[in-house]
Amino acid sequence: MSNQSNHTEILLDIKNIKKYYPIQAGLFRRTIGHVKAVDDVSLYVKRGETLGLVGESGCGKTTLGKCIVRLHRPTEGELRYRFDEDGEYKDLLSLDKKESFNARKKIQMVFQDPYSSLNPIKNILTAFDEPLRIHGWTNANERKERVAELLESVNLHADYMYRYPNEFSGGQRQRICIARAMCVNPDLIVCDEPVSALDVSIQAQVLNLMKDLQKEHGLTYVFIAHDLSVVEYMSDRIAVMYLGKVVELASAKKLYYHFEHPYTEALLSAIPIPKIGEKRQRIILEGDVPSPANPPAGCRFHTRCHKVMDICRVKSPELRPMKNDPDHLVACHLADTVEDIAEIPADAV
Amino acid sequence: MNKQDYILSINDLKTQFKIGKRVVKAVDGVTLNVRRGKTMGLVGESGCGKSVTAHSIMQLLPKAGSIKEGEIIFRPQNSEEFDIAKYRKTDKKLRNMRGRQISMIFQDPMSSLNPVYRIGDQIIESIIQHERISKKAAIKRTVDMLEMLSIPQADKRIMDYPHQFSGGMKQRVMIAMGLITNPELLIADEPTTALDVTIQAQILELMQQMQEQLGFTIIIITHNMGIVADMADDIAVMYMGKIMEFGAKEDIFLRPTHPYTRALLKSVPVLGNGGNDRLEPIRGTTPDPSDMPEGCSFMPRCDLATEKCKNAPPYEDVGNGHMVRCWYAKGGAANE
Amino acid sequence: MATVLASKQKVKKSSLAKRNLQKLLNNKLAVFGLIVVTAMILACIAAPLLTPYDPMKISLSERDLEPSSNHLFGTDKLGRDVFARTLYGGRMSILIGLSGAIGGMLLGVIFGSLCGFFGGTLDAIFVKIAELVSVVPQLLLVLVLSTFLGAGVQNLIYVFMFTGWVATFRLVRGRFFSLREESFVEACRAFGIGNLSIAFKHILPNCLGPVAVQLTLNTAGFILQEAALSFIGLGVPSGVPTWGNIMNAAKEIIVITQSPWLWIPPGIAIALFVLGVNSLGDGMRDVLDPSQL
Repeated sequence: MSNQSNHTEILLDIKNIKKYYPIQAGLFRRTIGHVKAVDDVSLYVKRGETLGLVGESGCGKTTLGKCIVRLHRPTEGELRYRFDEDGEYKDLLSLDKKESFNARKKIQMVFQDPYSSLNPIKNILTAFDEPLRIHGWTNANERKERVAELLESVNLHADYMYRYPNEFSGGQRQRICIARAMCVNPDLIVCDEPVSALDVSIQAQVLNLMKDLQKEHGLTYVFIAHDLSVVEYMSDRIAVMYLGKVVELASAKKLYYHFEHPYTEALLSAIPIPKIGEKRQRIILEGDVPSPANPPAGCRFHTRCHKVMDICRVKSPELRPMKNDPDHLVACHLADTVEDIAEIPADAV
Repeated sequence: MNKQDYILSINDLKTQFKIGKRVVKAVDGVTLNVRRGKTMGLVGESGCGKSVTAHSIMQLLPKAGSIKEGEIIFRPQNSEEFDIAKYRKTDKKLRNMRGRQISMIFQDPMSSLNPVYRIGDQIIESIIQHERISKKAAIKRTVDMLEMLSIPQADKRIMDYPHQFSGGMKQRVMIAMGLITNPELLIADEPTTALDVTIQAQILELMQQMQEQLGFTIIIITHNMGIVADMADDIAVMYMGKIMEFGAKEDIFLRPTHPYTRALLKSVPVLGNGGNDRLEPIRGTTPDPSDMPEGCSFMPRCDLATEKCKNAPPYEDVGNGHMVRCWYAKGGAANE
Repeated sequence: MATVLASKQKVKKSSLAKRNLQKLLNNKLAVFGLIVVTAMILACIAAPLLTPYDPMKISLSERDLEPSSNHLFGTDKLGRDVFARTLYGGRMSILIGLSGAIGGMLLGVIFGSLCGFFGGTLDAIFVKIAELVSVVPQLLLVLVLSTFLGAGVQNLIYVFMFTGWVATFRLVRGRFFSLREESFVEACRAFGIGNLSIAFKHILPNCLGPVAVQLTLNTAGFILQEAALSFIGLGVPSGVPTWGNIMNAAKEIIVITQSPWLWIPPGIAIALFVLGVNSLGDGMRDVLDPSQL
């Protein structure tokens, strides 16, 4: 079903993205620390693939997604994007005003809450109208035809364009939001938990629609969700995030059976599976996710890890490729990654 | 099976809401037997009436809602059985029952605790409501209970306020409040929906452990088929105010018979399958509960629907208490 | 495609405004308010058709007359027709109340939108100003300002505008703070839609319901204040008839006891109009509350 092998061209190269939010206190709003929502994440997205981002709340997956769409400005890092198939890579964060505006067409977003994603007082046509107009559809009739076409492409009636958001169910709204994101012909759509607010029987409709649209239009997705089974269904590759960092990155097929990171293992085992008879070993993690304002030293996962070693408390593991599979990246001292974990200062252990 | 083996028997329960001029039949003829000491899973999508069923058992319905018909027979271990539906909401019998014999925990732990009272005081309150007990003994019991629920430094944490607890910890406190009076039945209404998956696993594990130790019965309400596969012994699948299928966990997962149950199982991605099998969505949307179709309520979305389905199908046993509400349940098309 | 569209043109367009109007008409309180307010405004506008008398014309021969078929509400000490004065006075009172409230609303909406959308220093400054305006008792402020600017219709409107923007400002600013976090605003940003367009075209229309309610409350409040100020002689110059100025005559006990026709009609007019405006406001609040269907 998935079409992962044939895309090799890197569309977006995320380089060392950091997003810190200052914590201010006191009379003069002095900065007393930072919430490290995204802390040095490097990933790439290939043209036509779906990259899944998965993790629990507070892991920074949504913040990273919003940085990619440039709704948030990263504190540091580069977003190198290739506008044309044989063009140069340009950093989205250092474009001039006009280029930056045009780049908005290329990357769009679908949000988590279909109820707040549509302006309640604007009918669907009006909601689509302004983005189309400012991005070059100057003729009002053409715009209307475009909206009709888009609604039909997400299996909705064209005359729904005259209706208001409160006349639609959650699933229909989310389809409208997908249509809106697609109205400017983007290459890349960041989908932030697009089905988590929907009923189970509706989720499948939306997920399948997204897959069909991807095939038809050659779209690239960054698919963010907390539910690994949904992410696995949608993605070619999956990045597992914990406290602002990517801890494991592997193909969707590989992750379930050949996970390396203890957090991935725990996350996989924690997901209830609608099947019986298969006895799974459940790994129950202790405690809660620590605050991203004050992450633990060393490996960020060491406070909850069931395989914690002494070294984990002092040295943060780097995200490195596995020896036997360069496309499988892990940040764990236990994983058999390319570079040895030998050089630890002797006094640290 | 002996009648006493069922802690709760619901017969043809109908609960309705009056919203303006419309009447919404939120629960429309639910019949259920809950086995003592077991876990029963009530699954369905939002609006199917699973929460209203639970609130009817507690008689904790909002003002607009009322039980119109049916009985809810509760059979406590050491006292007479009685029909909860027969009593008024405010009756002393029910006030005694709530929290003492039947406890309920809710979906949102954030809003279920009063932010201005200490955690300890809120738990102790629910003991004092039902028992004559000294403050000291109540505190001791609270601390013991919190320790059982693996809350570290319980003796200190009872002095904390809710905002000092994380979501998972608050849900533990809610469970503690529910279990502190040693109830016979615990109703958990989407207890982990607001929590992260790793925290969800903690809470579910904890509920199972507590059940093993204390022997109470659980009714767990959820939309997640995975959770019932993990937790439940019996499963009831609800749709539009009716039980569509009821059976042991094995019946539901290995021999799903109602088209809705089958569709529900095929419409959620299963971990480990990759993107291999395309999901089969259920077409259409759930009908408006104030304007339900005649006959089988699933008919407009069902692939097997025929003329016959315009009449309400019977709720029949297809073997060993595996109940199905479908014309094609017995050797019909549904079994392919 | 074109034919598809052409056939779809006929589809009934559901308009939000139309639906809200329908809801408003189903609300008894609002309908009552709407009827009272409209009837009174129309009566005041049509004053020359309803009464032959000039409200300013002094007629010493007809002083202190009781109500009769000639003079519906009687005449005052200077022989002026009270019915005419009440109608013409209503013109001025409503004009002052409404324009003060509208002016205050405009200021409040503009400041509130900008502060709520951009936040930062601008917001901090305006919040402090608003606090300053609202810590001084409003009546005192009106007194000071009207002595400072002098009595006069225009000045009174300015005074009301100056004190009246704060409530709307707070309201709009608060709504902006919550609305700017909504996903639809982020969707606008993702399309590169400009800030001013987002603020005024996308967010602001969502605040207008509560603003309209506030407008009715302010109108009612200002009409009462005008009456109070004119009653103590600090409002509109006594030559101009307003409901407050007419009531001004009732400062003496003897008038209150002996000539009730001098103060009861304007008193009732004020009470009825304020009641009407407030009912309309309350009704609108119910209609515009999205949690009520």
